[in-house]
Amino acid sequence: MTAALQATGLSRRFGGLVAVAGVSLDLHRGQAHAVIGPNGAGKSTLINLLSGALKPDEGSIVLNGTEITELPDWRRARAGIGRSFQRTQLFPALTAQENTRLAAQSRTRGWRLFRRAGDDPDTTAQAAAALDQVGLATLTTVLAGTLSHGQRRLLEIALVLATNPTILLLDEPLAGLGAEETAPVVALLRALAARYAMLLVEHDMDAVFAVAHQVTVMVDGRVLETGTPDDIRRSPAVRDAYLGHRA
Amino acid sequence: MADAWARPEPDDGVLAGAWAMTRLSLRGNLILLLAALLLAAMPYWAEPYTMQLASSALIAAMFALSLQILTGAAGLVSLAHAGFFGLGAYTIYLLPGASIFVTLPAAMLLSGLAAAVIGPLALRTRGFYFLMTTLAFGQMLFFLFHDTSLGGGTDGVFITRPDLLLTVTKATRPKIFLFLNLAMLSLMYLGLWWLMGTMFGHALAGIRVNQDRMRAMGHDVQRLKLAAFILAGALAGLAGHMAALTDAFVSPDLLDWHHSAEALLMVLLGGIGALHGPILGAFALTLVRELGLAVTERQRLVEGIVILAAVLLLRRGLAGLRSS
Repeated sequence: MTAALQATGLSRRFGGLVAVAGVSLDLHRGQAHAVIGPNGAGKSTLINLLSGALKPDEGSIVLNGTEITELPDWRRARAGIGRSFQRTQLFPALTAQENTRLAAQSRTRGWRLFRRAGDDPDTTAQAAAALDQVGLATLTTVLAGTLSHGQRRLLEIALVLATNPTILLLDEPLAGLGAEETAPVVALLRALAARYAMLLVEHDMDAVFAVAHQVTVMVDGRVLETGTPDDIRRSPAVRDAYLGHRA
Repeated sequence: MADAWARPEPDDGVLAGAWAMTRLSLRGNLILLLAALLLAAMPYWAEPYTMQLASSALIAAMFALSLQILTGAAGLVSLAHAGFFGLGAYTIYLLPGASIFVTLPAAMLLSGLAAAVIGPLALRTRGFYFLMTTLAFGQMLFFLFHDTSLGGGTDGVFITRPDLLLTVTKATRPKIFLFLNLAMLSLMYLGLWWLMGTMFGHALAGIRVNQDRMRAMGHDVQRLKLAAFILAGALAGLAGHMAALTDAFVSPDLLDWHHSAEALLMVLLGGIGALHGPILGAFALTLVRELGLAVTERQRLVEGIVILAAVLLLRRGLAGLRSS
């Protein structure tokens, strides 16, 4: 089975600091690939390299057989790579529906851009579908800025889904959620993993082991180990370097 | 920084205002219509001098409104804008004896073209660097007319007005130009009011609020900004054309960066977040200047104090008075 997204030997330095060093990983449709590791391991930088927010110093990225290493972030987004942010990045003065509609119109070009924003059937339907997917269908007319933190995290994901991606790069979707808010988001992540090729950066280990098919452990910018959740749980190296201090 | 986007500050008129631009209420538009009718009726109640003053306020409003596409909609603060205004004005000088149906499109085309050349270079920068880059390009346009023989001299030059297809006498001139300028500003405002409600307008507002998120969602931010820059330039050219037509005089000062700053001042005074803000700002500034002249020779001082007070006391400009 060919990978939907294939990264090979990605490296990125910031001055003397090597944030990501020779990282390779594959994403497959229908599977979630979790990336875990302590703070500063290079997980967010990895997402930025895959989404195009940062250019890698070395390495290549192939999307469905096409090399995209040189494409800027917005072109990668149009090619199907959707990324969410660790810290929620919404349009607070817009309603939930307007937020996702703005995301859905990103591929609109030419004279269609000069239609009234609410009147375009395609983007409106896409926006509504994205809200429905994350379970915010009843809050479409609520301003994003007045949503609860949990709802904003869901809207953050809906903004990604509304761009009609094939790849999901999710940067700590559970960040800041309380215990009772976590369960529905984990269920959503499981449902999304079945339909997309997902990269999941997350600190919540229970969520990671509940959602992921593959787990990559990063330490100091390097891949320590990649395997199934069971492999990772049993790995002595991972235990020592990362999981160990939690047990 | 991300947290600032995540929660709207109750007193942050800039964020909320970016979207309020598309949503000026029916009542607000009716008040504007009433004001327009009052201006249109000026020949019945005002002196020719007052009509000329109204014309210059209308032209200033067009200029500031064209800048609002950049500043208010897309969040770009440009100091090159007077350059496009001046190009539009000098079009009449460069096309002597042509009809207004030639000079007006030519002015917009020339200014739009200049914006299309400067835009891609200036828009490679952001924030303070964008401000400085546009200052440099604007001054290049200024010196083109100030220091070469192209523009007919450093002190400016009187021009032959283009053919308007109607007889203009000295007595009817203030009235006719008042109507023309009022019609142009109304068209521009209605056009932009519509534009801000389109997907294009929403995309500009999105760029203003969170450019990085827009890119991550797949928006071609550079292209959208360039489109806004060219449109704003062409409309500034239109305003400059109307200025030259009204005054029958052009000078390099029209292109000077001081003039750009004045437009920014009107936008700020009127309200960055409101599409009608620049119109209020332009009329307010014209009025303040006139009143200042009536009471003192140091009218610039009066102007400065009033602007300082307005900026300090009205965070959303004059347009925010109603809601605050």
